[in-house]
Order: sequence, then structure tokens, then C-alpha cells
Amino acid sequence: MREPRWLPWARWIGLGSLGLFTLVPLYVMATSAVKPLGDVQGDFSWIPTTVTLQPFFDMWRTVPLAHYFVNSLIVASVASVASVAVAIFAAYAISRYRFPGRKVFSITVLSTQMFPGILFLLPLFMIFANLGDLIGLELSASRTGLIITYLTFSLPFAIWMLVGYLDSIPTALDEAAQVDGSGPLGALLRVVIPAAMPGIVAVTIYAFMTSWGEVLFASVMTDESTRTLAVGLQGYATQNDVYWNQVMAASLVVSVPVVTGFLLLQRYLVQGLTAGAVK
Amino acid sequence: MRMRSLVKAGALLLAVSTSLAACGGDDGGVKEEAAAPKTLTYWASNQGPSLEADAEVLKPELARFEKETGIKVNVEVVPWSDLLNRILAATTSGKGPDVVNIGNTWSASLQATGAFVPFDDQLLAKVGGKERFLGPSLAATGAQGQPPTAVPIYGMTYGLIYNKKMFAEAGIEAPPKTWDELIATGKKLTKDGKWGLAVEGASVSENAHHAFIFGQQHGSELFDSSGKPQFDSDKQVAATKQFLDLMAVHKIVNPSNAEYANGTQAVQDFTSGKAGMLLWQSIASSAKAAGMSDEDYGVAPIPLPDPSQGGKQVNGMVAGINLAIFKHSESQDAAADFVTFMTSKQTQQNLNKAYGSLPTVTDAYDDPAFQSEHIKAFQQILATTAAPLPQVPEESQFETLVGTAMNQLFADVASGKPVTEEHIKAKLTEANEKMQAGS
Amino acid sequence: MVVSTTPRPGARRGARSPGGGPPRPGRRGLARVTALIPVRLRRLGLPYLLILPAILLELLIHLVPMLVGIAMSFLKLTQFFIRNWSAAPGAGLANYEIAVDFDSAVGRGLLHSFTVTVVFTLLAIGLSWLLGTTGAVLMQGSFRGRGLLRTLFLVPYALPAYAAVITWSFMFQRDSGMVNHVLVDQLGLADDRPFWLIGGNSFVALLVTYVWRTWPFAFLMLMAALQNIPSDLYEASAIDGAGWWKQLRSITLPMLRPVNQVLVLVLFLWTFNDFNTPYVLFGKSAPEEADLISIHIYQSSFVTWNFGSGSAMSVLLLLFLLLVTAVYLMATSRRRSHA
Repeated sequence: MREPRWLPWARWIGLGSLGLFTLVPLYVMATSAVKPLGDVQGDFSWIPTTVTLQPFFDMWRTVPLAHYFVNSLIVASVASVASVAVAIFAAYAISRYRFPGRKVFSITVLSTQMFPGILFLLPLFMIFANLGDLIGLELSASRTGLIITYLTFSLPFAIWMLVGYLDSIPTALDEAAQVDGSGPLGALLRVVIPAAMPGIVAVTIYAFMTSWGEVLFASVMTDESTRTLAVGLQGYATQNDVYWNQVMAASLVVSVPVVTGFLLLQRYLVQGLTAGAVK
Repeated sequence: MRMRSLVKAGALLLAVSTSLAACGGDDGGVKEEAAAPKTLTYWASNQGPSLEADAEVLKPELARFEKETGIKVNVEVVPWSDLLNRILAATTSGKGPDVVNIGNTWSASLQATGAFVPFDDQLLAKVGGKERFLGPSLAATGAQGQPPTAVPIYGMTYGLIYNKKMFAEAGIEAPPKTWDELIATGKKLTKDGKWGLAVEGASVSENAHHAFIFGQQHGSELFDSSGKPQFDSDKQVAATKQFLDLMAVHKIVNPSNAEYANGTQAVQDFTSGKAGMLLWQSIASSAKAAGMSDEDYGVAPIPLPDPSQGGKQVNGMVAGINLAIFKHSESQDAAADFVTFMTSKQTQQNLNKAYGSLPTVTDAYDDPAFQSEHIKAFQQILATTAAPLPQVPEESQFETLVGTAMNQLFADVASGKPVTEEHIKAKLTEANEKMQAGS
Repeated sequence: MVVSTTPRPGARRGARSPGGGPPRPGRRGLARVTALIPVRLRRLGLPYLLILPAILLELLIHLVPMLVGIAMSFLKLTQFFIRNWSAAPGAGLANYEIAVDFDSAVGRGLLHSFTVTVVFTLLAIGLSWLLGTTGAVLMQGSFRGRGLLRTLFLVPYALPAYAAVITWSFMFQRDSGMVNHVLVDQLGLADDRPFWLIGGNSFVALLVTYVWRTWPFAFLMLMAALQNIPSDLYEASAIDGAGWWKQLRSITLPMLRPVNQVLVLVLFLWTFNDFNTPYVLFGKSAPEEADLISIHIYQSSFVTWNFGSGSAMSVLLLLFLLLVTAVYLMATSRRRSHA
């Protein structure tokens, strides 16, 4: 593409302002994390007058941060992997078969994305409590319950994206595999899934992020031992004080692994999103 | 061949579901212990500087209980942001702790759900009898004429907290005794970026409490005798205006306070010397954290109204925490033992000392810790001129609706809009209508 | 949009060799059981088997609870009855009547909140899309620091919602916040420090916070889509003498249309139902000017313990979302078939 002479300038200004917009809150977060509490509560200053690493030590004591982090990690990872597993099968059926109810199924699943969480939070809690008694598995305040809930939250979008992605994979590929003697499922596992990997990774990341940040359901459906980060971070706002510097420090620390992983996988995300959405 | 793929797919699903089960397995087991008689689950509210700190305070007490009775208590300190929702979920599903702390203003609302064990005479006798408890605190445990569904464990009330140093510098010798004096004092203190008084202007509960206290002073009743809301009575409008005028007319409150929402910022303004007075409950642990010693501040009653003006001689609201037993608990006796323990003299002394709150049983006051100037001042207010919030099931709706209306009024004041009586009345009428629509 | 091409099952049937390889030991038992099911039935059943887990999960988490939720909306479900719903008196349509009675305080409040949410959603989608497109288009080509910038832009999307929003609420504080420090102390744009978390500006604060968190997603999708535009399209038009603007209008934007259709719909559904941002920014009671519908309904049900009324409002919201989505899908698919 031919670039006009002004483009580098426009790029510089446009991307520069977007970069600034993105960066400023991150900068505030990072600098507030190294200020003493008194300075954070006082007038704002761009450059910390006193630098302390104390918040990074205190934050583990104010709130059982490591514990919440592990919970979040387990819940979000299992939920996203399981969600994608379920979504692959469903998407494969929709993409490769015409069967009665196919359309109803796709539309219903997609429309569940619109359900306001508040409408079914309490009923869901009740169902979990009763079901839990019935099958002897704790659902209402356990990671299992939260995992099942979250995996369903990301399911509609995951199926939708994967259908688009699978459609973009030529059916000749799985037919060839079937000629080689695989059943349709063998074709799915051996040929289609590897070919759809970027899409699968993209959807997994999406599902992970959905679970990672959810607040409403987590606030009701977890207890001390199963509380996730999204809710647990609120623990820095206590009866006596809001420990702003510790919140920021904790946010930074827990975000580092996620942001890193996210950035490492962003290449797949880009590939997967396009094929799925554009088709 | 297709068989093999089916098996593979099945194996994959199985793997997923077992991994799900494995994840839940470890926490699943602990819960069920509620069924065993020797274990109780207890949800405590956040009383101290952090959830962890609270757990540390409770640990030795619970160990003592286990030693005395053999009953183990699994405690979870639930943050205030989640407590009511968690209780609601437990109430709806019949699945939750055996014993729970509730904010005493929720008492009648939660009582109406029927999810809690009523403390009839027999049960009350077990915890030492009605007479042991501070009257006002016990009055805030449920609707009149019904057995309470909770007993008070931590007592609190409102006082006028003032910075002694700032008072001395401004040449003020004694805390204000009348509302006019309070305004005059505030004006003297308001200078050089410092303010007379700090309020938590965007806090629904603080605002609702003040609406109640000043409403009482004006002789307003939030609910009439048949239980109908009357939030927009002229008396209530006047009471609301009296409070808002501290910022709007007398300008002794920093307009910034209108955005203080998390229940800690007004206290911070006070402990950091940005404001000289505070209408608040105990600030002991915040003051300590901020490096303010007990001698640096004083506690006085919020000025009472002139008795000749009518109204009630009320200057505080009976605040505090109650302890309730869930009906769905399968260990009612053990739960009752635990309530007895929590209201026992020794436990009351230890816990209230740690949290800076007031014991709710009279016999606990012989500990010198409760003879300090501040505690005595609060105790005096609680015992004589504090009134409980209306003990009606709709109390929590009142707090939300009126508190929210006052948040908006404070926002209007802060942004310089004239806040007239009509404007206040309109907001309160709206709250009243919403209340009626819900009942 | 979910519609897709499907291979002819007939062709597949012919291609398959029945029997396959010898079953491995250990699977023989299962093989014997499934062998009893006729081949045709198995083949017919396969797609259903594949969607079964999804159906079960959707039923458990979404559909059944939602039906219960709809049932709640016809009950007078206040704190007196939440412990035993069967005892709750029926309310008929009363909860709905109150919600849409715009002469009453409840109806007015809901309508106001709905209006705020619609305006908020339109602005949030528009801004996220605009920033995303600008970023993605300017990212085309290669220049120094491209990878670094792209990484930076994605950070807000990867940050936990609470961490991002609490940081903004910290920056929006009137006295000690960064925003007023810049506007008032450093630039001197205002004499009086404005409020951001209460009053009219709270809407702006909410919007900025939300867009900050959301535009990277638009950016990511659009950037991905741009990479898929074949470069020979640009080369051909360059030979025809088309300039940068012309290429943007005649190639880039049209080629982005399919992605945009998906993106706008997804953003619409997320934004309209967003709970995290206002909840963390304002707590349980949002200022009137930023009273998004999710928080409004939360207050009408969880905070005031009137689940019947809150459910009725949710059902109305759901109907609205279904309607908008259906109209949107119809409109966009018709446009596509015209194109």
C-alpha cells in the first residue's frame, strides 16, 4: 500500500494519543503501588515523593491474595478449557451436519448471551443448592459450581465463533480423513481440531477472560475458601480504610501472569478471531 | 473406527467432568460437616482493619469455645459488600452457616423472612436472660411484640467526635451543645483548606442513619402506626435540610464529601486533620492506624434539639451487630451454646475491646477498658438518648431509598444547585412512592 | 450468521467403509453395546450426541433458572416469601404494570435508567469502534515500535475488571484524583474542581472507564480482520492511482463490514448488560445520571429485596435485547444479500 507523506504524522499523533490514553491509568496504578498510604490518600502527584515497596509485602496480609489468585486461576482455566471442549463438539455438529433442531439450538444458545445475570442469579443459586444435596456434590459455594456457571457464560460466544471457524475449514479435509478410515469424530479429533487450533486458542482466551473478571455471581457463589480475585480484591476496601496502594500493587502482581500469557498468545487470538468472525 | 472416535470423545468428556469434580472435591467435603453435631459454621462481619485481622481476633475465642464445649467453629469473615447477598442466598436456598452476624438495622427485615430461630423466653434464658442485655441494643433485634430473632453482640452508636488540637487552636473550649453552637464551631474551624465537619455524603447507610436521627429530632416518624411509609413529611424534609445545610448553607463541610462513598473517607479527613468534627460511631481502630492517640480526640453527644421545639430527645441511633441462628441449621443446640458463649462476659470483654465497640451485656462493663472516656461517652449516649431504627420489615428498603435520595441531594448541593425544601420533598416523595410500590 | 455450508451426508455415507479396523481389547464391551444400535440411528444421533453437553449445561445454567426467573416476575416475592417461594402470593401482571407505569416513581426510574443505558450503549459502542478502527488502520504497515504498541493496547483488555475500574475511580476522585490534578492544577481549565463520581459528569466517567476497557477488543478484532484483506486488492487499486483515503473508503472499510457486524452486536450485548463497571465505580447505588439498567435492576431486587419486581424488569430488558438483536440480524443479513 502506498503511504502518503502525512501518514507517519497521523500515525504518530493517532497512535500516540491512544497510547497515552492506555498508558496513563497503568502508570497511575504502578506509581500508586509504590507510594505510602498517606501519599496515595493525599493530593495526587505524578512522581512519587517517597518510594516504598511495603504495599507489595502488606498486600498478602490484608487479604489472602495468593489463595484468591489460585482460586481464580483454577476456576478460569478449567472453565475455559471445558467450555471450549463442549463448544468444539457443538460447533462441529452445527457446522458439519444438518439435523432437525439445528437452527433452534443455535439461536437459543446465542440468545442466552442476552440473559441479564440478575434475572437468574438467585434461581441458579437455589438450583445449585438443591441439586448439590441431590447428587452429593457441593455446588453452591464451591469452585465446581462456579466453573460450571462460567463455562456456560462463555459457551454461546465460543460456539458461535467456532462454527464460523470450522466453516472456514474445507470439508474436503475431514472427508479425506474419513476416506482414510476415521469416523466423523476421528476426523474431528485428528484433522479438524488441529486445523482449527488458532480459533480454539482464541476462544479459550476469550473464555478465560470472561471467567477471570466476573464479579456478580462470584460474590454470591463463593465463600472464603473459594473466593476469586475479582471479588477478593474488594477486601482491600475495609471497614477502616481503603488500602489504595495495596489494591494497585495487588492488581499489578495478579495481572502480570495473565497479561503475559495473553500477550504470548495474542497471535493466535488475532488469527482465530478473524477466521471465526469473518468467515 | 467410529467407535474409537466415540470412545475418544467420551474419554475427553469424562476427563473434563472428573477434573471438574476433582476441583470441587476439596471444598465439598468441609461444607457437609455442618451436619455433624460437633462443628458449626459461623459467618462473622468485618469489624476490624481487615478480614484477616478479624479472623485473628476471633481465633483465640473460638479455640476457647472448642476447649469448653468440644464444638469446633469454622469461621468465615464475610466482607460487608457481600454479607447481605450471602445471607439472602442462604435464606432462599436453606443452605448456609449455622450462626451469622447481621447488622442490627437488618433485624426486622431478616426476621420477616422467617429464616432465623426466634429467641423465645427459654432461649433467652439460656443466654442469661433479657435483663443482662443493654435495653436499646436488645430493642434493635426485631419487630415489637415478636420474639427477637437475634441477640446483640457488639454495641455502637453515634457521637460527635472532635479534634482536641484543632479546637484548642481555634480557641474553642468545649464541644458544641446546641445545633447553632455546632454550626458556629464549624465556621471557626473552616479555614486554610480545613473544614468544620466531615460527612460520608455518598454512603447510603450513613445518610439513612442521619436522616433517621435528625428526623427523630424533628418529631418525624418514617412509618406511620399502620406501617405505611411517610418519608416526605414536612418534618422529615426539615430534618433532611438541617443536615444538608451543613454543606449547602453553612459551608462547614467540604463539598468533596459528597462523593465519599466507601465509609472510610470522612474518617480519614478527620484523622488526617482535614476536618475538625465528625458525626460517627467508634473510630478507635482507624484513629490508631492513622497514628492518632486517644487523647487527641474527644467524644461528645451530638447536640440535642431544644426540648421546647417538640421532637424527640434523640441524638444517636442504636447501631451494632447482632448474632442470629439459621433455622436450617442442623445443630441448633450447639448454635445456641455458641450464642451463649459469644454473649458471655469474658467473650464480650475480649471482642469488644479488640473492636473498640461496646459490650451489649451490662456485666461486661467492669473491665477497666470500658471505663475510658470515649467508651463511657458512647455508652452514655447508647443507654440514654439513642433510638433504634424503625423495627419494621421494610427497614432495608428505607435505608436504600432514602439513603440514595440523600446521596443525590448531596451531589446537587456539591455541584452548586440550590437545594430547596420543594426539591428535597420531591426526592423523598419519589422514595416514598417506590417504597409503596414494593410493598 | 450462524448459517454455514454443510457437506452432503449422502456423500459421506458412501465414502465410509463399514466395520473399520479391529476394535482394541478393552473397548470390546462398549463396542458390543453400541453395535446393538442400528447404524442409521447412530449416524442420525451423532449430531445430537455432540450438542448434548452444551444443551445440558445451557439448560442447567441459563434456561431453567431463567424460566424460574420469569416465574418469579409473576409473584409478589418480597422478603416475607423468599424462604418459601411457594407461599408467595401471585402478583399477576402487577410487577409489569408498575414497571411500565411511567407516572409512578418506579416506572419513571426504570424509563430514566433505560434511556441512560441506551445513550451509554450507543456512545460506548461508537467510541470503542472508532478508537479500535483508528488504532487498527494506523497500525497497518510496518514501523518501529509496532509490536510494542500493539502489546500495550491489549493490556486494558487483559486486566481484571476490578483492577481496571478501581484505578479509574481512584483517578476520578475530586480532591486527590489524577484527572482533576491535570485539568485544574496543571492545565488550569477550570477554577472549581469538578466532580466525576457524582452528578452529571459521572456519566462521562463511566463512559471513559468503559471505553478504556473495551476498545482494545474492537482493536483486536479489527486488526485481525485487516490482516486478512488480500494485499493484491491494494496493489491493484494503487495501479489505478487510488490514494490512501480512497483505498480506506473503497477497500478497507467495506472489507471490514462483516467483522463490524459481529463486533457491534457483541459490543451491544456486553455493554447493555454490563454490571462490573458501574458496580465497581459507584457501588450499589449509582448516581442518577449514570444509573445503568443492570445496577438499577440489581437495586430493585437485591438491595430492596423485591425479587418479583426486579425479575419483571429483567424480563422486559430481555425482551428488548431479543428484539433489537433480531432486527439487527435481519437488517444486516438483508443488506448483505443486497450487496
